Amino acid sequence: MAIKVGIVGIGHTRFGNSSEYDLADVMAYAATDALQDAGFLERRREIDQVIVGNMASGMFCHQSGVASSLISRMDMEPVPAELVENGPASGASAIKIGYMAVASGMADIVLVVGGEIMRKVSGWEATDLVATILHSEAEYDMGLTLPAFGGMFTRLYMEKYGLTERDLALLAVKNHRNGAKNMYAHIQAPCTIEAIADGPEAAVVNTYVAEPLRMYSTCPVSDGAAALLLVNMDSPKARDFKKKPIRIAGVASATDTHCVHNRKDPLRLEAVRLAAEKAYKMADLGPKDISFAELHDAFSILELAISEEVGFFERGKSFLAVRKGETDIDGRLPINTSGGLKSKGHPVGATGVSQAVELVRQLRGEAEEGRQVRNPKYGMSVNFGGFGNNVVALICAKD
Amino acid sequence: MAIDEMEKKLRPPQILLKPYPSKVITLASGEKMVVREARREETGILLGTIYPLIGVPSDFYDIVAARMYAEVLGWYRYRVANEFVLVGVIDGIIAGIVNSRHVSSKLGMSLHTLAIKRGLRVGAQLFAAKMENHIDVLGEEEVYIVAESPNGFKRWMIEYQLEDRSSQYPEVRSELGGVPTYVLTRKLWDAVREVKCTGTRPVPEKDLKSAEKLIMPSEYVQIPGFKR
Repeated sequence: MAIKVGIVGIGHTRFGNSSEYDLADVMAYAATDALQDAGFLERRREIDQVIVGNMASGMFCHQSGVASSLISRMDMEPVPAELVENGPASGASAIKIGYMAVASGMADIVLVVGGEIMRKVSGWEATDLVATILHSEAEYDMGLTLPAFGGMFTRLYMEKYGLTERDLALLAVKNHRNGAKNMYAHIQAPCTIEAIADGPEAAVVNTYVAEPLRMYSTCPVSDGAAALLLVNMDSPKARDFKKKPIRIAGVASATDTHCVHNRKDPLRLEAVRLAAEKAYKMADLGPKDISFAELHDAFSILELAISEEVGFFERGKSFLAVRKGETDIDGRLPINTSGGLKSKGHPVGATGVSQAVELVRQLRGEAEEGRQVRNPKYGMSVNFGGFGNNVVALICAKD
Repeated sequence: MAIDEMEKKLRPPQILLKPYPSKVITLASGEKMVVREARREETGILLGTIYPLIGVPSDFYDIVAARMYAEVLGWYRYRVANEFVLVGVIDGIIAGIVNSRHVSSKLGMSLHTLAIKRGLRVGAQLFAAKMENHIDVLGEEEVYIVAESPNGFKRWMIEYQLEDRSSQYPEVRSELGGVPTYVLTRKLWDAVREVKCTGTRPVPEKDLKSAEKLIMPSEYVQIPGFKR
């Protein structure tokens, strides 16, 4: 029988501007928070393995070897530690590797930490550095960036399904409403549909970033870290933690072509669909079982497209559900209860772990008042690497 | 202040400036920001608003605040020629301040932009209002602009695609200490006005009234734990 893996500790920094701090310190803050949450800080040297998710500390911070650096900062030697890099999905990939370590029997307790400091460089340098995940000759050298892909993808979706800029603004309003109540969110400020879409000043207040994507359809550049403590739920050690574990019911990933133009249909996110299908199968669940979800909305269009690929909505219909409020906190299927990447922020290496932290907070009933989902049983997250070429899906369960 | 013969000698010549017509902008948060000209009798409130930021080194708030403090004081005490000060006001509270100088009928000299409320592009809106005043209201052909922070450089030099005239120094120079001078020309302004500058006029009576009496901010995100 497969080993059950649970999350017994969560930690998170407030996302935003931490550029005056060292990346290892920021990650250590989140890790300490997770260990305290689990009641395991004093016993941290008993951890079998540390896995760090980080995308580009070498470029953003001129710093490498961050897993080793974190261990020393935490005074945790000689616990083994390794780094996992999978672009903006590094965090969820780190969880997957941590899960595999426990499920394989190699480890009973694993600390997973995701972190990134992006604001040591300017916004446009950060955009350029993130764009290095694209195909170097066919995409990057042609001047493509992730917002450019987001813009083109949005345009295609609009033409095919009738999505409007106002629909994207509705997503921003929803996610900022959630983020405004999330103590970890980068932007804790609500926005109104009148101000960013309907009003006479909206076109300037909500200016274009990569037409038709506007500022309020694009995530900010953020710093931050998040951490999880994973445990073999069948091990006697599982009884040593303060809180009841939240079980990882499914975790899976899939890849797609590096070049977006090599895909049969550029609007399809095959890696999302495949990762979700594998995660559902592993969890013995389907889309209808999911109580709420955290989806990788680096650009608002991705929340819609991902929600369709994972089977929550029919293709081309998700924005109609948003119009009806079905993805609001009190809706049929709340999405991005944390505020999503749009409001909570997107420190690339931290995001996947941060999404999992939100799943745990919701499943424990620990989210702030006004953004707690009612009696959730299963939460799902999708962490998106590249422009959909390496994606991780995670399902957590409250047993 | 008694205006004796000596004081008269010390004061710069003044050109009577056409008043800036107030406007209101709905920010992303839904809050209404009234942009209007500050009045000389409001100097004390302006200085009290600027002063705490002199101690904030991050993002060069210290330099901008210190210089703006001196410039606003200079305006009040008649030591700067043809200066104008615009304020962004939300529910009576000062959200940002910009100041500038009308050098001649052809030339404006942008001084400083101080965003107090962050994250809602208050600074960007006020800077645009300042340029609107220079070119559309006062009729100038060019405005000299410098940036003292990376954010300023990104917002003005890059987003407005300002002309880099630093190679023409000293013929073309800002008054702000030899920092490379960039220029907003009328042609450039015509190209960006629609995407950078907004606001509704006339300002509804209710909004205008809310901005009538300026209030100093009681908190600054730049200064955690600030108490006035």
